[in-house]
Amino acid sequence: MTAQMHIVGSGRRSTGLVLRYVVASVLALVFLIPFYAMVKTALSTNEEIYTSEFTLWPAHPQWQRIPELFADPLFLAALRNSAIMAAVSTSLSILIAALAGYALARIPHRAAKPMFMLVIIVLLVPATTAFVPNFIIVASLGWIGTLRGLIIPGLFSAFNVFLFRQFYLGFPREVEEAAYIDGAGFFRTFFTVVFPNTLPFASALTVLGLIGSWNAFLWPLVVAGNGQGAMTVQIYLSSFLTAQTFDYGGLFMAATISLLPVLLVFFILQRFLVAGIAATGLKG
Amino acid sequence: MSVQAPARARGRAPDRTGPTRIKGNGLAFWLFFTPFLVGLVVFTIVPLIWGATLSLFEAKGTVLPTDFVGLANFRHFLVDTAFLKSLRTFTVFALFIVPVTMVCSLGLAVLVNGLPRFQSFYRSVFFLPTACSYVVACVVWRLSLFNGLESGIVNQILGAFGLDAISQWLSASPYWWIVLVSVRLWLQVGFYMLLFLAGLQAIPSQLYEAAAVDGLSPGGFRMFRLITLPQLRTTFAAVLLLLLIAAFQAFDEFYNLTGNNPETRPPLVYLYNIALGSQQDFGTGSAGALVLTAIMVVAGLLQTGLLGFGSNDEGRRRFALRLRRGGRSSR
Repeated sequence: MTAQMHIVGSGRRSTGLVLRYVVASVLALVFLIPFYAMVKTALSTNEEIYTSEFTLWPAHPQWQRIPELFADPLFLAALRNSAIMAAVSTSLSILIAALAGYALARIPHRAAKPMFMLVIIVLLVPATTAFVPNFIIVASLGWIGTLRGLIIPGLFSAFNVFLFRQFYLGFPREVEEAAYIDGAGFFRTFFTVVFPNTLPFASALTVLGLIGSWNAFLWPLVVAGNGQGAMTVQIYLSSFLTAQTFDYGGLFMAATISLLPVLLVFFILQRFLVAGIAATGLKG
Repeated sequence: MSVQAPARARGRAPDRTGPTRIKGNGLAFWLFFTPFLVGLVVFTIVPLIWGATLSLFEAKGTVLPTDFVGLANFRHFLVDTAFLKSLRTFTVFALFIVPVTMVCSLGLAVLVNGLPRFQSFYRSVFFLPTACSYVVACVVWRLSLFNGLESGIVNQILGAFGLDAISQWLSASPYWWIVLVSVRLWLQVGFYMLLFLAGLQAIPSQLYEAAAVDGLSPGGFRMFRLITLPQLRTTFAAVLLLLLIAAFQAFDEFYNLTGNNPETRPPLVYLYNIALGSQQDFGTGSAGALVLTAIMVVAGLLQTGLLGFGSNDEGRRRFALRLRRGGRSSR
């Protein structure tokens, strides 16, 4: 294990260890309380939610809320839009950044240096405050309330280009050389040899991208407009939350359903995420 | 599209850091780089220029400039008490959230790191909330945990300690900070725990062995203070900056929990309401976006200088070196 484990009198050590596990388990339970509260409320009747009586678990779990929600066209549109946004924006932004990073790292050209400087300068401009100027552009293009407006402005991450450039600088050259000697051009080399070998590195970015865009709030709020065109699941939930809905149970069930795909991605790909964060210290 | 590159000349000394010495077709570079460049121009550079232009004009309810007003939008923004108040809200929020997250994430990391078995299970549980969105967490915080009913879970816990239930969690001053800070803490503490875990596991075990030989009790507080904490200082610097920047960009939980309340309105919520609220004042909104961008760029420069883009171990190592070198020369 790690350096913190030491040789102490075995009695003291085992009590200390038991204490540690007790503390860790209590904290783990505290961390899970919000999930428990969410599922419990989602299954409670609205009368149970309003009473001042505390119950550990609803007497009559309201499972019928699930089919009710899936009959709501607005909720379905929100789920569909969020899924499209997560899949398309994650894959396209990674592909665009990989191409640009590869060009900067591996294709000799006079413009490579000035373009890299441009990337560095843009890195300093925060994405969050850009929602005002970006709204202006998207509104002028007539993209408010559309998936295009939701997805396209977020596809061009200077930070990812920077990461991919660093990655390709350290990429073993022999692999590409073999392809070039076989007569492949830059494009074929990239797509048949280089990019497939990038995927392990890109997997942390993929998980972060999927979770980040599914959970994104500010930009979807800016673009959503009226109607279903760009309504994401977070905006759906928020509109009911801030409008003081009276169907708490339905809102909590929608929140629970919205969380399931992320948890699935999270559990399947967690090791990439943990490794990626430990290595790069980045998020979203 | 076939872009042929001649095979690399044999016998040339391999250059491991520069670009490959294959004679590149000039077209290939642009084919690879153009998708990104076009997007960058259309969705970053043009908006910035357009926004900078609008900030000098009156533009209410339209994204086209109407009357030239010079720097009035900026003056309006910088002397605007509502904006200064939003900066104060950020400061108060940061004073709570930064130290609390720091201490809790370090505590969790030390706790998890000291577990010989089931370490990854506990790590996963503490990291799990990171997958949750702010909106979902706000639904739970506002309507369940802190709903102000006696049956609310936090009020139940207060009751268990013999305290009175609180009904105005989101409508009165000290209470809303508890709600706002706890929701963000729950959502992000696992992420910073991972950063500290990586830092802890990078400390060479020889340091602890040497300290034990010198008579420090293993696992004791002095060991922690004299070995662990100093070894984590680069992680501390990284976490501090990341937390400050994240707190400055806080939007989701404020929007969803306290809305447009002027008492709890951080800069981004204020900006959102100017530009996209009922006023649709894009002139002032653009000026505000520039002011906030300027603040963030300064923070970003700081982060760049300290962490090498906050992105990799190499940067942190360089930062550590610089700290050590700077420390020696300045003393």
